[in-house]
Amino acid sequence: MTDLLVLAAGGAVDLPLGITEGGNWFLRNAWLIPLLPALSFVVILFFGKRMPRGGSELGIAVLGIAFVLALLTGAAWIGHRDNYHGDEIHRAVVVVDDGGHSGADAADHGSGGGHAEQSLAVVNTVTWFQAGGVEFSVGTLVDGPAVMMLIVVTLVSLLVHVYSTEYIQDDRRYTHFFAFLSLFSASMLMLVISENTLQLLTSWELVGVCSFVLIGHWWEEKPNSDAALKAFLTNRVGDMGLIVGVSILFFSVGSALPDRFGSFSIAETNALASAGMLPQTALLVAACCLMAAVMSKSGQFFLHTWLPDAMAGPTPVSALIHAATMVVAGVYMIARLYGVFFEGLSIGGSSINLMAVIGGITTLVGACLAFVQRDIKKVLAYSTISQLGYMVMALGVGAWTAAMFHLFTHAFFKACLFLGSGSAAHAVHGFDMKSDMGGLRKVMPHTYRTFVIASIALAGLPPFAGFWSKDEILVGTGGWGLFGGTGGNGAYTLMLVMGMVTAALTAAYMTRCVYLTFFGEFRGHGEPHESGRRITVPLWILAGLAVGAGLLNMPSGFQLAPGSMQERFGHVVEPVAGYFPVISHAGPSWSLAIASTLVVLTGFAVAGWYYFVRVEAASAAAGRSLTELPDGPTSRYALARMGHTFLVNKYYLDHLYTGIVAGGTKGPVAAAAYRFDQRVIDRGVDLVGETAVSAGRAVYDKVDQMVVDGVVNASGRVALDTGGKLRKIQSGRIQDYAAILFAAATVLAGILIVIV
Amino acid sequence: MFLNQFLLLSAALFAIGVYGVLARRNGVLVLMSIELILNAVNINLVAFAAFGNSLAGEVFTLFVIAIAAAEVGVGLAMVLLLYRNARNIDLSRIDLMRG
Amino acid sequence: MEYLLDGWGITLATFSPLVGVAIMLLIPREREDQHRMVALVTSLWVAFVGLLLLFWFDLDATGRLQYVVDEMWIDVIRSRYMVGIDGMSLPLILLTMLIVPLCIIYSWDHFPEPRNPKAFLILILILETGMIGTFVAQDMVLFFVFFEIVLLPMFFMIAVWGGPNRRYASLKFFLFTLFGSALMLVSFLALFFLTGAESFVFAEIADNVLSHGVSRTAQLWIFGGMFLGFGIKVPMFPFHTWLPDAHTEAPTVGSVILAAVLLKLGTYGFIRVAIPILPEAAVEWAPWIGLLAVVGIIYGALGCLAQTDMKRLIAFSSVAHMGFVMLAIATLTDFGINAAIMGMVAHGLITGMLFFLAGSIKERYHTLEISRLGGLLVQAPRMGWIFGICAMASLGLPGLAGFWGEFPAILSAYSPANGLPVETFRTFMVIAALGTVLAAGYLLWLLQRVAFGSPPDEFAENPDIVDVTRHEWLAWAPILAFIVAIGIYPNLVFRVTDGAVDASLNTCLKVNVVELSAAEIEALGCADVYDIGGGDEHAAVGG
Repeated sequence: MTDLLVLAAGGAVDLPLGITEGGNWFLRNAWLIPLLPALSFVVILFFGKRMPRGGSELGIAVLGIAFVLALLTGAAWIGHRDNYHGDEIHRAVVVVDDGGHSGADAADHGSGGGHAEQSLAVVNTVTWFQAGGVEFSVGTLVDGPAVMMLIVVTLVSLLVHVYSTEYIQDDRRYTHFFAFLSLFSASMLMLVISENTLQLLTSWELVGVCSFVLIGHWWEEKPNSDAALKAFLTNRVGDMGLIVGVSILFFSVGSALPDRFGSFSIAETNALASAGMLPQTALLVAACCLMAAVMSKSGQFFLHTWLPDAMAGPTPVSALIHAATMVVAGVYMIARLYGVFFEGLSIGGSSINLMAVIGGITTLVGACLAFVQRDIKKVLAYSTISQLGYMVMALGVGAWTAAMFHLFTHAFFKACLFLGSGSAAHAVHGFDMKSDMGGLRKVMPHTYRTFVIASIALAGLPPFAGFWSKDEILVGTGGWGLFGGTGGNGAYTLMLVMGMVTAALTAAYMTRCVYLTFFGEFRGHGEPHESGRRITVPLWILAGLAVGAGLLNMPSGFQLAPGSMQERFGHVVEPVAGYFPVISHAGPSWSLAIASTLVVLTGFAVAGWYYFVRVEAASAAAGRSLTELPDGPTSRYALARMGHTFLVNKYYLDHLYTGIVAGGTKGPVAAAAYRFDQRVIDRGVDLVGETAVSAGRAVYDKVDQMVVDGVVNASGRVALDTGGKLRKIQSGRIQDYAAILFAAATVLAGILIVIV
Repeated sequence: MFLNQFLLLSAALFAIGVYGVLARRNGVLVLMSIELILNAVNINLVAFAAFGNSLAGEVFTLFVIAIAAAEVGVGLAMVLLLYRNARNIDLSRIDLMRG
Repeated sequence: MEYLLDGWGITLATFSPLVGVAIMLLIPREREDQHRMVALVTSLWVAFVGLLLLFWFDLDATGRLQYVVDEMWIDVIRSRYMVGIDGMSLPLILLTMLIVPLCIIYSWDHFPEPRNPKAFLILILILETGMIGTFVAQDMVLFFVFFEIVLLPMFFMIAVWGGPNRRYASLKFFLFTLFGSALMLVSFLALFFLTGAESFVFAEIADNVLSHGVSRTAQLWIFGGMFLGFGIKVPMFPFHTWLPDAHTEAPTVGSVILAAVLLKLGTYGFIRVAIPILPEAAVEWAPWIGLLAVVGIIYGALGCLAQTDMKRLIAFSSVAHMGFVMLAIATLTDFGINAAIMGMVAHGLITGMLFFLAGSIKERYHTLEISRLGGLLVQAPRMGWIFGICAMASLGLPGLAGFWGEFPAILSAYSPANGLPVETFRTFMVIAALGTVLAAGYLLWLLQRVAFGSPPDEFAENPDIVDVTRHEWLAWAPILAFIVAIGIYPNLVFRVTDGAVDASLNTCLKVNVVELSAAEIEALGCADVYDIGGGDEHAAVGG
């Protein structure tokens, strides 16, 4: 490790981190926001059942307070962002002078370089633990993206809490549900204000386990627990990347700072990476490892397969965790460690990079799959995958602010869509659009209206929220440069095309979804009716945000907006500080905006013609509500049929993972390993034992019994035999003895005579 | 008179005695045979004493006669006991000491 | 008080269980109540002494041996009765003192067949003496004696109170371990004679190894002997096969003690004896130890996936988890060894808890066949929850203790000590990270099969299946509390170990932290902004 570090004389520079410990009370005490739900988790878990409303009231109250605190923190941040010029924290860095990068270069890169104004992040830490002589801290890093996420998470979470009180009213695990919503909120909020990557990793896994618990909320049925398991395991694959990536960064920073063993600090890591003071190879490897984590958590192709299955959980969970907040953790992590990715993947270099490619593919792949789903939540799940791909792609092309903005708007309209689908499903007791739904427009006006508004926002028609954020991403690709657009970090024409195609596809599949759910005749059973107010009010709030949120960041050249509204979001959220790379921004392009709008309208038009004209006509002819043309392209063209089958089977990825990878590991590989263990290693051990036993037996039989014991026995036997023979002499008859006596006397006499 | 005449007589007596001891089954006859052996010895002792001008032979003979008397006493007592226990005095059937 | 502890504290803690044993021997076998009370009081008394020791332990000098007693023991062989506690042994001693009373409470009213609480409890108390003794011994002979004392009670526990295949398992356990110990003893003797030391005290032998220049080959061989002795106990990959058998057959409490403390004797031996005494050989051996460790991680995990018996699965998971500990030890960095001690404590708590659960499940369902179980959360919701928490802790979820054994171990493998092959260890790191995925796989699979779903028909109406009982709560609550507490605030352990590990390694290895002297910093011309401390010096410059 240390061989990477060559200390050269001189060449020390100041590397500004762009962080401060001062600031408004709310900025310094942002840790309260995750702490409150964490406490409420404990309280609900242990005492929730005894509360009048099963703990839900506590969850809502705490989230309400957290939301207010988040808003106040946001306000404080705006003030801080614009006014605060306190002392910045510098960390001196000794630069390797004989290597590729010189001190001057670093100075250019870090402290100078167009940072005319700064937005100092507020960092506060306390020591968490110490190991190996290194102190590890836990703390908060409050800056633009963190504040934005705090508000989004608390708001959506609050609305979902309210919604859930009606949606899972009579559930047997009502209290547990709210306890884990609280824990999830706490973990997610901690994730967004994490000061270091270790803390990030911790909360990253905690949100994962909340997701696991909530997906498996109804664990009595095996498919639900299977889905939960799949989600957790897929995420675990990504976490492996996260663990490795974080480790690499830890030691890379350590080797760049001569007095330090390593550092998890996000600000330091980013600052050093942005200043070009971390080795490119390490950054590249770390970025790729972290990408694996992003792919699993944010459902990027090819680790996205858990996300549709995760819809097995209750709908509020899908809305909060698997659409609005947790799944964007991956996107947020890229945004947080943008310096690492920016340098590691050379995002500014306009060459195709891993992140942009994965994002682009995901966005297309997800959109295509949304066409073949019958389950309304799965349509939305694939749509989420597609939109997350959009965000990752945006980050991959360097459009950081656009990605964050899309994350912001997407959270609202996608939560609205999910909650709307839940409202519809609640009414019809099923999620299958083709067999359970249809014609709900008339009976569920609120759900219908909010769903359509959110759908348009998702598809991206002006002036709905999705339009602004999507348009920024398309501009940010820089690919429109050929047609008069300006700037950006590179010219990713391919990503522009992918984004455009996805926009059309999105419009089309949402048209299909809306038609199947709300138009035609009701195909399910029972009497559906509009949901209660605790469901519709959150829907309308989110729908309102789906309309209005986009206005926060209208492009700077947009004449219709007052100047103060232009790029307001970007101004507040985008960090301008040492810990953030210097990114350039694309200027707005009227032509691109019009082009993308036309593309979206085309998507609407084609799908609308198919469903509202052709299918409607066929339904009228058939006398019942159809969901597709009886002689549609899939029945007419073999190629279309093949494509359809391919999509229905989800590109066969599930077969690959569940069947081959997981099944293979669990089945043959594990069995083989165990057989090896039992037959080879354990057999070896047994063999040693058996050999010892048989050797012992051999020694006993051959040596001990035959030789040693043989001698002993032989001597005894000889004595015995002799005795046996001699005893015959002792007949007991006196005359025999006398005979012997005389015989002996005779012999002795004879001897006497001979000798004498 | 020659010494060897006495010795021949004594040897004959001895041989008869040995024969009696070994061959007779009657305990009383065995005792009597033992007496013959002892008397053969006595003849030898007296003969050597008479020819060798020494009184030692006669003295020993007296001892032998005394011992023989005692011996016969003990022997007859044993034979009597034997008879009382086994109802016969056939030595060949008495093998209590058989090993 | 302090004075008393200084002279007597450790001895008291170590031998008090034997006093309890003596008392129990005087009580007739039928008086089960008295036996239980005596055993419990004894173990609680030991725990109390442990708390006193902790209370007066100087946390600012964890690297120094404290409460040292150094008396001549067996003059003929120059063996000394030297005991002491430092930061490396303290967590493990406290773990032992915690687990033993809990085991006694757990078995309070259900001793395994053939019952006989007297003998059972006596064995547990003897075990306690052996375990504590091993952790406090500072003399090789003393260490060896305690190390071996542990063997017999465990052997009898398995052989008498075990399952159907207990004779095979107990004998395998006994012979395997004894084989290792024999080689270890040879190594100890070789060290003593080669260094010409005056005694068997660790520190003296270590000094003499340095000063007398034991030949490199000899060092390698001696280390090899210790490696076998400790590695079998851990157990490391090719020597692990006694473990699943022993665990499967052992009674619940036996499994718990085996997993929670006995396995740690091996890893503790590495960090207390083998590495500090033979650092050069350790550097040579480390890549191989690391290799076996990661093989064990993957291999143990695969073994788990193939199991059909819950207890056997947990036993195999020990192989994988101890692989993480050994990988951390093999890095030979203070960071890694801290992680290893944390891993030992965490594994002791978590796997001990899992074995408790397995025992309780067996008691209710009379089987541990995974395919026959199910719906634990329905029939015994609290137990299902505890099981869930333990499974999560075992797979290394942050916020629970297991994470702090696993993640730092992986992290430390990225940057092993000087002289170790960096690329090799980084490969190990990636493989170990893969092991976390597999761990999640088998534990969640187990959790799903056992806890989720509906109860199978054969158990659906079974009145035996009750939720956690009072004794179980008493025995489990402290463990669960520690799992969570350490998970949230890992410094509970790191604070104690760090200084000791640092001291232990610094005396034998020059580890990889680059130290700059003040003069050097001055020379670099940036002393004013140079942040010497660590992460939290912002205020000094910025605020």
